Amino acid sequence: MSPTVIQSLYIVAFALFIYGLMGLTGPRTAVRGNIIAAAGMAVAVIATLLTPGLGNWWLILLGVAIGTAVGVPAARRVKMTAMPQMVALFNGVGGGAIALIAWVEFRSSAGFAHEPAYVAVASLFAAIIGSVSFWGSNVAFGKLQEILPGRPITVGRCQQPVNLLVLLAAVACGVLIVAGATSEWLMGGLLVTSSVLGLLVVLPIGGADMPVVISLLNAATGLSAAAMGLALSNTALIVAGMIVGASGSILTNLMAKAMNRSIPAIVAGGFGGGSGGAVEAGDRSVRQTSAGDAAIQMAFARQVIIVPGYGLAVAQAQHQVRQLSSLLEDKGVAVYYAIHPVAGRMPGHMNVLLAEADVPYDRLKEMDLINGEFGRTDVTLVIGANDVTNPAARTDPSSPIYGMPILDVDESKSVIVLKRSMRPGFAGVDNELYYNPKTSMLFGDAKSSVSEITEELKAL
Amino acid sequence: MLVQNLAILVLAGFVGFAVISKVPNTLHTPLMSGTNAIHGIVVLGGFIVLGLGAEGVLNKILLVVAIAFGTINVVGGFLVTDRMLGMFKDRDKK
Repeated sequence: MSPTVIQSLYIVAFALFIYGLMGLTGPRTAVRGNIIAAAGMAVAVIATLLTPGLGNWWLILLGVAIGTAVGVPAARRVKMTAMPQMVALFNGVGGGAIALIAWVEFRSSAGFAHEPAYVAVASLFAAIIGSVSFWGSNVAFGKLQEILPGRPITVGRCQQPVNLLVLLAAVACGVLIVAGATSEWLMGGLLVTSSVLGLLVVLPIGGADMPVVISLLNAATGLSAAAMGLALSNTALIVAGMIVGASGSILTNLMAKAMNRSIPAIVAGGFGGGSGGAVEAGDRSVRQTSAGDAAIQMAFARQVIIVPGYGLAVAQAQHQVRQLSSLLEDKGVAVYYAIHPVAGRMPGHMNVLLAEADVPYDRLKEMDLINGEFGRTDVTLVIGANDVTNPAARTDPSSPIYGMPILDVDESKSVIVLKRSMRPGFAGVDNELYYNPKTSMLFGDAKSSVSEITEELKAL
Repeated sequence: MLVQNLAILVLAGFVGFAVISKVPNTLHTPLMSGTNAIHGIVVLGGFIVLGLGAEGVLNKILLVVAIAFGTINVVGGFLVTDRMLGMFKDRDKK
């Protein structure tokens, strides 16, 4: 097929990508937007396979078959709670693919010996960022999957200088290659140092910031795809990669803003070490309550606000919660759900889970809308949410989460917290709320606690 | 060729900025997942480099792995996004 036809098909693909992405930014059009973008990808793939003189068909088919055999079941089987780490993993392999292609480019052109300098520069840039993205995403996956500890792992004060040194080493390898060196050891050194850099950059970042980090790595992978496109002179890679790089940066910024965190502060890491502002747990007593008590309190309330968090997602308690709120509504209690922008581990995590349990959309209130309501609320039921309710974010400038917008649950007349244990939340900070005299704790798995309360409610 | 490609690069960047202006919090995760799937386009790079004649066993192995990775990125990315958004679709119907 002639290059003109391929280029024209690429243009169709770009239009579909852009239209699809526009759709993804609105709730009504999102599903269709995703399908349109996927259709764009299909067009781009078909166009590329029409390239004249393309060979090695069986190997191409083999790669696609392996990828499909791994990717499809992984995407279908993953639990809703594990979605964030799945996105991290998918992002990582994309970066890995770029690094591998760059490596082969180096090998088959004898170290870019007869290529223009820009091809070498773009390929090596893609190799560095791709490797960082691959290893960084894998660390993010490990942290969210709790294979690695969620708390920051640092080499202490020399973290930044060490990172900078490793980056310089990677860039130095690249500069030597561009200058004409052809030793494969240099390319190996570039790949290894940038892999180490990926590990070093993400390991010190606390688990709570992981969504923003994944988004940042996503944008980085997009940029390296665009660089690879320059090296291969392939417009599809340039356009799609750059669109992702740009939109991914904006999205990262939006997500960081929702958490009141700055991107440089997140990348600098160390957040969630529980250093400043952490209160010694254990010394102070908390009030415990029973399911029966909780049921009575809520049954005779006028208004109840439910604050869902990651604990609800882990326990898969959304259906039980829905049942509980229906029972309360039958008794004439007004029930709302307070959704913090970063409740769970991803923005929108709670909306997805509660929608799955058929909670009516108008019952879900975003933080700014519901914060004024807590003063009028008799009982606030906090289900597995922690950091987003911590009053220290308002009052204690030494706390690592100081300044993060929170739900003002402590303003309601009484607070019931369902929690597995007194373990601190994702940010690793103790929660003042639990020691508030208004607060009572009901320890246990969110699903069984909610079911117990529901049983008690039925018996009333 | 380079200058043309750079022009395309810069314009695509502005398109990317323009597309994402105001996104409700709820859609941050699906949008990230959707853009994530799009950069799986690198799989095309694998097709071209392998298809236009890669020599040597190691090169071929590396490229097959790269294509497998890219395919996981594309297929997995779009499917996961669709599953996330499926939750919203059900709600709209009721």
